[in-house]
Parts: sequence; C-alpha cells; structure tokens
Amino acid sequence: MSFWPHLLLALLEGAVTACVLAVTALGLSLVFGVMRIVNVAHGEFYMLGAVLAWVAASMVDSSPLAGFLLALALAPLVVGGLAVATDWLVLRRVDYHPESTIVATIGLLYILQQAVLTFFGPDARPVEAPIYFRVSFPWFGYSGYKLIVIGASIALLLGAWAVMAKSKLGLYMRATQQDPEMAQAHGVSVRRVYALVFAAGAMLAAVAGVLVVPIQQAHYLMGLDPLLLSFIVVIIGGLGSLRGTIVAAFIIGMSDGVISMFFAPTLAKILATLFVALVLVVRPSGLFGERA
Amino acid sequence: MTDKTKSRGPDTNNKHTITRRNLIKAATITGGAAALAGVGTLATGPLARSAYAAGSDSPIRIGFQVHRTGIGATYGRWYERTANAAAAYMNENGGIAGRPVELVPEDDGTDPKRGAEVVEKLANQHKVDFVYGPLFSHVVIGSAPRAGELKIPYFVVSEGYHVASGKLNRYVFQPGITDVRAQVSAMAPWITDNLGKRVTMIFPDYAFGYDHRDFFSAAVKARGGSIAALLAIPPTESSYTKYFPRIPADTEVLYHVMVGPGVLTFVKEMGEHFGSKRPEIFGFIDSLEGVSIASPGLEFLEGTHLWEAMPRYADGLDTPYARHYRSRVGINAEGASAADPKDVSTNSHMFGCWETLYAIKEGVEQSGYRSRTPDDVAALIETMEGFRGFNEGIAHPQGPKDFDGKLHQCYGRQFISKVQGGRLKVVHTTSIEDGKYAPEGDYTKQPL
Amino acid sequence: MTGTRMRVLLLHLGVLGALFVAQFFLGEYHHTNVARIMLLATYAVGYNLLLGYTGLMSLGHAMFFAAGMYGTGLGVYYLGLGAFSGFTLGVLAALVLAAVFGLFALRTSGVSFLIVTMMFGQACYLTILYFNEITLGDQGFILSGKLPEALVISGVKYNVALAVFAVCFAVSVVIVRSPIGRILVAIRENEERTRLLGYNTYAYKLLALVVSGGMAGAAGAAYALLFSYVGASFAAILFSIYPLLWTLLGGAGTTLGPLLGTGVMFYLVDVTSGWTSAYLFVVGGTLVLLVLFFPLGIMGTVRARLARWLP
Repeated sequence: MSFWPHLLLALLEGAVTACVLAVTALGLSLVFGVMRIVNVAHGEFYMLGAVLAWVAASMVDSSPLAGFLLALALAPLVVGGLAVATDWLVLRRVDYHPESTIVATIGLLYILQQAVLTFFGPDARPVEAPIYFRVSFPWFGYSGYKLIVIGASIALLLGAWAVMAKSKLGLYMRATQQDPEMAQAHGVSVRRVYALVFAAGAMLAAVAGVLVVPIQQAHYLMGLDPLLLSFIVVIIGGLGSLRGTIVAAFIIGMSDGVISMFFAPTLAKILATLFVALVLVVRPSGLFGERA
Repeated sequence: MTDKTKSRGPDTNNKHTITRRNLIKAATITGGAAALAGVGTLATGPLARSAYAAGSDSPIRIGFQVHRTGIGATYGRWYERTANAAAAYMNENGGIAGRPVELVPEDDGTDPKRGAEVVEKLANQHKVDFVYGPLFSHVVIGSAPRAGELKIPYFVVSEGYHVASGKLNRYVFQPGITDVRAQVSAMAPWITDNLGKRVTMIFPDYAFGYDHRDFFSAAVKARGGSIAALLAIPPTESSYTKYFPRIPADTEVLYHVMVGPGVLTFVKEMGEHFGSKRPEIFGFIDSLEGVSIASPGLEFLEGTHLWEAMPRYADGLDTPYARHYRSRVGINAEGASAADPKDVSTNSHMFGCWETLYAIKEGVEQSGYRSRTPDDVAALIETMEGFRGFNEGIAHPQGPKDFDGKLHQCYGRQFISKVQGGRLKVVHTTSIEDGKYAPEGDYTKQPL
Repeated sequence: MTGTRMRVLLLHLGVLGALFVAQFFLGEYHHTNVARIMLLATYAVGYNLLLGYTGLMSLGHAMFFAAGMYGTGLGVYYLGLGAFSGFTLGVLAALVLAAVFGLFALRTSGVSFLIVTMMFGQACYLTILYFNEITLGDQGFILSGKLPEALVISGVKYNVALAVFAVCFAVSVVIVRSPIGRILVAIRENEERTRLLGYNTYAYKLLALVVSGGMAGAAGAAYALLFSYVGASFAAILFSIYPLLWTLLGGAGTTLGPLLGTGVMFYLVDVTSGWTSAYLFVVGGTLVLLVLFFPLGIMGTVRARLARWLP
C-alpha cells in the first residue's frame, strides 16, 4: 500500500483509539480533578463494562443491537453502583487520603480481576457489533462500527461537557473542586458530590468498555492497558484539567496510530513513554495543568 | 496394561557393570514384555484391575503444576480436566505399577517465579514423585532449573522449543507433545506446495512467536519459498488494523499465529481489511484454542487453513483411541465440553497431558521406580532416555510418536485442516518424519 | 538515649542472628522459602526507605529489581562473568538506572511521581521485550551451568541470601538513625518546610531513590544467581505492587516491617493456595483491609502500642 492510503488508515485507527481513550481518561481526570485521588482500578471498571456487555449480549441472543443497548444501560448502572459502594465502604473511611486511596484501589483492581476470572472465566469473549457494515475505500476496507464508535464517543464527550458547564450538578462539582469547604458551607453535600463523581468516572470507563468490546473482546486482564494510557493522557494533559485530558487523548491516540507506521510498535510504546518524560521535564504540571 | 505400547526399553549399551539399577531394569523389561503379550486393545477387564492387588497401595504422587490463573487459565482449565480424566482412567485399570495415581495440583498463576516456588513446594512439602503439566514456556524455563537442582523429574506439556533446544537439564522431559520447531517444519512443505511460496508471517512479539519466525521461515526457504515480510505484534496490542497495510501486495500466503485474547479481533480486522481479495491464509490453531470456530467475527476464516496437533472435530481423527479419549475427557464431536457446548476445548494441546501421564507410567513400570531416591530417579531417567517411541493406542490417542532420548522430546504427526461451514475439516496429515530436524543437544551427557 | 541505642542494636542483631540460626532447624521446604523471603525482603527494605521514610510512593520499582537481575544475568550469560562480578554489575546497573530515572522523575511529586514511576516501569518491561534478541524476551533465560556449582547447594543459597539481606538491612538501619534519615523523614512530613530550612530536598530524595533502587537491584541480582532464571515477568507491574504490599503489611517506616510483611504475605499466599487458587483475592483483599483497619501495618502498630523506641 502506498504512503497516503496508509496514512489515512493510520489516522482512522488513531481516531478510534483517541476517542475511546478520551472517554476513559476523562473519567480518571474527573475523579482526580474533583476529589484529588487517583483511581488505579479505573481500568478494571473499563474491563467490567466490556464483560457486562458480553453478559448482556448473551442474555439477548436474538439481536446484537438489543444486546448492545441493554449493555449501554446495564454496564454503567452496575459499575456505577459498584463505584458508589467502593466510595461508601472504603474511600470515605480513609477520608480520601491520596496514598491510602491508591493502595485501596490497587486492592480493588485485583479483587475485580479475580472476581471476573472466577465468575466469568478466563476466556476472551467476543460480542457482535450492533450494526455492522464494511466501508470500502479503494485501497482497503474499514469497519463501519469503528466509525460509530468515533461518533458515540464524541457525543459522550459533548454530553459530559454539557453536564459540567451547564447543569447544577456540574456547578456543584466545580465548586467542590475549587474549595470543598466553601462548597459545603454553601449547602453542597460534598459527600454526595464525591460519591456521584466517583460513580460518574467509573461509568465513563464502563461505557468506553461497552463501546470497545465489539472491536476487541472482553477479557479479565484487559484493564491494564487503558489504565496506563489514561495515566499518560492525564499527565500530559495536566492533572485535573478536563480540556487538557481531551487534547492529550487525541495527541496520544493519533500519534500512536502514526508512530506505529514508522517504527516497530513495541518501540512506539516505549517512545510514547519517553515523550511523556520529556513533557514532564519541561512542564512538570503537564500541558494544561493548573497545579500538580 | 490395557494399551499397546512399543517402548523398547532402555539402551543396554551405556552401562557395562552390573548395578542394582541395571538389575531392576532387566527385571522390568521382562515385566513389560509380559504385559505387551497380554494386551487386548480396549480390554478393561478384571485382569487389568487385578494389577492393583499385586503392588503396594501407597499412591504414586504426581505434582501437577497448573495454570489456574493468569494468562494461561483457559488452557489450564482443560489441562486439569484432561489430566484428571487420564488419572481416573488409569486408576480404574491398575494405576501405575499397581499403585494408584494421585495428582497433587498447585496453581502457578502462569508466572515463572511462582512456577519455581510451586516446583519446590510440590517436591519438598508435598513430597511428590514427579512434577508435571505446565504449558507456558516462560513457566517451564523459570521452573526447570529448580527441578534440576532438586533432582526431581519434570514432565512438561508445553510444545515450546526449549526442552529440545538442549538448554534445560536432564530432569526435564517432554514426552507427550511435539515441539513447535518440529510442528512448523512439518507443515511448511505442504504450505509451499499447496498454497503458495511467497509468505508473510504475523506473529506475537515474544518468544513463542520467534520460534515460528525462525523455524518456519527456514523451512519455507528450504522448500524454495521466500518470506515477503515478518510482522511482529507487541503482546499488549489490542487492535491490528494498522498492521495490515504492511503486508506486501505480492504475498501469496499469510501465516498467522496469535496467542492471547486478541485473536478474534485480529481475524475480524483482517477480514475488514482484505474483504474478498485475500491471499491464502494459514494459521496456527493456538490462536483459536478454546474459541468456537463459529464465533461472530470468524466468518472470514472460511476457506482458510489451520494447523492442528489433534483434530478438534471428531471426524478428523476417527480412531477407537481418539473416541475413547474424547469420551473420557468429556468432549463432544465438535470439540466442546459435553456438559456445556459453549465451552470449547484446547484439544490441540491438552491431549499432551493424557499422553504424558502414560509416558510417565511406562517409565515407572519399566524402570522399577518405587520412590524418589537418587537410584530410582536415575533409573527412571535412563529408562526413559532409552525409549524410542510410543505406539498409537489408548495411551497415545493422538497417534504414534518417535522419542529422542538425547533431547527428551517426542515427535508426532500433525494435521492440517480447512475451515468449511464454520467447522474444521482435516485435509492433510503429516508424517512424523516431516518434522524431524538435526538435534542441537544431548542431555544424556549431563551428570545425574 | 544510649539505652535505646543498645536496645535497637540488640534487636536488629538478634533478628539477623535468628535468621542465621534458623537454617539449622528449618525443614527442606521452608529453608528455601526463607532464603527467597530474605531476598524479597531486601527488595522491600529498599522500597521502605523510599516509601516509609521519604514519603515517595513508587509503582515501578520492579524496573530496579529487573535491572539488577538482567545486569547480572546478561553479564553471566554473555560475558561469562563470575557470580561476584555478575552481582556487582547488576547492582551497578540498578544504581545507574535509579540515578538517571530519579533526575527526571523527581521533578514531579505526589501523584505525578507515582504515575511516572508506573509508566517508566512499564517502559522498562517493554524494553526488555523489544530487545528480545539479547534478553530472550518474555521467555527469559537460564543461568544453570554457567554459575559456580556451589550455588546449587541450599545451604549456600540460604547464606548468600542472608548476607545480601543483612548488608541492606544494616545500611537501612544506619541511614534511618543517621542525620540523613531524619532529613528524609522531615521531607516526608513536610517537604516545603525542609526546603525552607536550607536543605536540598531534591538531592536527598535522589539519594534515597538511588539507595532504594540499588537494594532492589541487589535483590534482583542475587535472585538471578540463586534461582538461575532471568525473565521479564520480574519487571511486570504486579512485581512493582508486591514490595508496596509487603511494606504496608509489615509497617511502612519501620525497619523490621518489610521483612515481616514479606514473610507473612509469602506464607499467606502459600497456605491459601492449598484451598483456593484465587490468590488475587488474597492480595487485593489484604491491601484493602490494611488501608481500612490496619494502616500502620504490623510493626507500626507494635510501635504505636507497645514499643515507641522502635526505629
């Protein structure tokens, strides 16, 4: 294949990666921004979303579309509920102390992996795409569903932005982010906001998992990669900056697509990490970070 | 003894003085011959059962290093079922040397560090006679040094080219499954003769992939073929579309081996990329072990070929031994669990657990091994190094095997299947000779 | 104060002495286990210096362990180095990696530092896979036959492990009780104030990181020598989580905690594997329970309740 079609393909692939990554990383960034904690189990929420999509699909065997829609409702509900429970049972009790939270969520990461392994087994589970068509370019074919993923992700990101910027809930979140005590004093229930934010972050990851599962498969070890990529994105974007997160997701996603055209893919992943190191040397607080 | 075995006993040339060990061997060869004389192929009658009474009733304890968790868990589950089935059948028919077999399983998490610890635990705490069962190469390689140091026989069912490379040690054997070098060497001629001579290889960027890269491309070149491109894919990759443009347009055959959870994506994206204008495609069944050929997304494989070590569908190897094996392990004609048709087996690997357990049985019975004393262990190892092969039978349902005592490795026939109507149909069976290569090591020179 | 100093000295010498004497009483299986535990505890002791005393949490420490392991392993495998020079090369590799890494990573702090360590750890893991022609990738390689015969003997293994542990343990106790240790603790408690007092906190943190990485490297180097295997799984993320788990369980910021935590966790996994293969529940559950109900860990609780003089 000649250069330009190859580049087009790389950009398309990069866009899919970027969109899914943006949704996933946004959840992580939101939680960090408002609550100042890092959720290491974030990738496992993504994995749970994917696994639940498979569960939903096998419940509604007849139609992939119905299964997919069921998954879109079921996965965020279950994962969000789990997140609220985690917040209630663990995070609140350690007072959202940053390091305790990290250790606890590492623990949660392994508990969730083991739970999925024990109850759903070790196999990679395929899920049929809800809508399937193949887009034929003159040089290569491309999955139509991937284009739908791009569209759905952008819609989700816009929705999240609308909630943050326009709704009362968004206002509470931003108020809590800026000064929890002041927000509390103005009658915002910080506890409730924290629980909601933690659930919202987890739900974003779960939805990303649902979206991605017809492209990949659900597997109990699939959470690590999105977690690491989200970390890279969140750092480059600047911890806590939602705008930075989205921009960084697109930089990382697109460059992953393009770099792996020119370099061996394993090398591309190493280079991405070193690039992050460079960013940190120049700007320890990331590209859009207010403060680290 | 209910099976026809042709293990031709130990090599008597390598010792000139009579030792206790040799005496034991001499005695057991006669015993083996007697058993051979009395075999009815599928007889499981009272004659066999009475063997129990003759021996001591303390069990032979075989430590079973199993991948219950970690990346190998899909395989591990089936390895455990197969090993249990083999042990149960063995116990119904006289056990090993008249003693019952007891499997002592320990999970290794598919991790080399834990693997080595498990070998120690089995050897020193559970005091098993042997350790048996791992599949993943890194676990085998990580555990083998400890098995050698503890001087406990270690029987692996791994298919990797590590035992046969001569880099492990004298205590490690692979008597139940052909190594990957022999597998790919056996398939390459058929591929170049029937599918095409210009090959692009897609393989995972880790050791298992390199064995394919090195040995398959060498075998292709030896048959006058050539390699168009080698595409190594990182193990953490979850999307493959961006690699397909690197497949050169003059590729006649695309050879793929993808291990891990990404395989369905791989096939689906390959289909999206090529559409109807595809090269010939040949894959390694490892990609699809435990996965139904009728899974959504695998439609694209229709008309392509896959290697199998043991046919998944019953009609691919319709022998009484294979039927017996399948019914005992509990898999149906489609190669899925008889209890749950959605639970697809790893049939091209797990037969190795069955056959290895029988190889151990033959080793124990012919060497007169009784307990893990240095003498008995040495007798067992030297006896097994004298094996030349195994006959097809109840004990070896996949087919006859040659065994190279110097390399501790066996060689069996291979199957090439075509995907037709969402199932696998065997179209070619290689001979054992097709996979032979010049040996690179000799364990018998190492001290015991 | 001299009384305290004496008690501290006696306690730590007593622990080392007990480990030495134990080898004559332990059964075959536990003998090797304790040798393993001592090496892993060495790794945890280094980790504790960073987490417990300097307040820096690393999620990529496996890279230093792996640097030691591969430095030694590759030296022995390709250059034909002996055990001792191989060990030295391994420790040097870890020290250099820690120094270079620290120069970059310590520009960040808090959560950023943690994420950077995790990513670098993963980059090191991928690097090992990428240079598979040399490192033999995920499969790894074996050192048996290239090392002195004596290392096969379990008594030798035990005492080599004990020696490596004893040196690192002693160094950690000395550092902790020295003025340097007090500055590290000051950084942990309030870095800003420590800097205002005129200390170059960056340099002290770098020192702690290098010593910590060096100990991880020593553990990795000895692990390669004693267990004859070098493989990429020792650079994977789970292997970075382990020292965190061991240190927290034993008690971060206590000198004896890492040893105790490593030992307890090792046997917890070993014993539970008898009745369940769900050992990740054990690992994960322990972490969550520790954070919730036992934040000081074993020795931290002992110190708070019983013996305030413990270092």
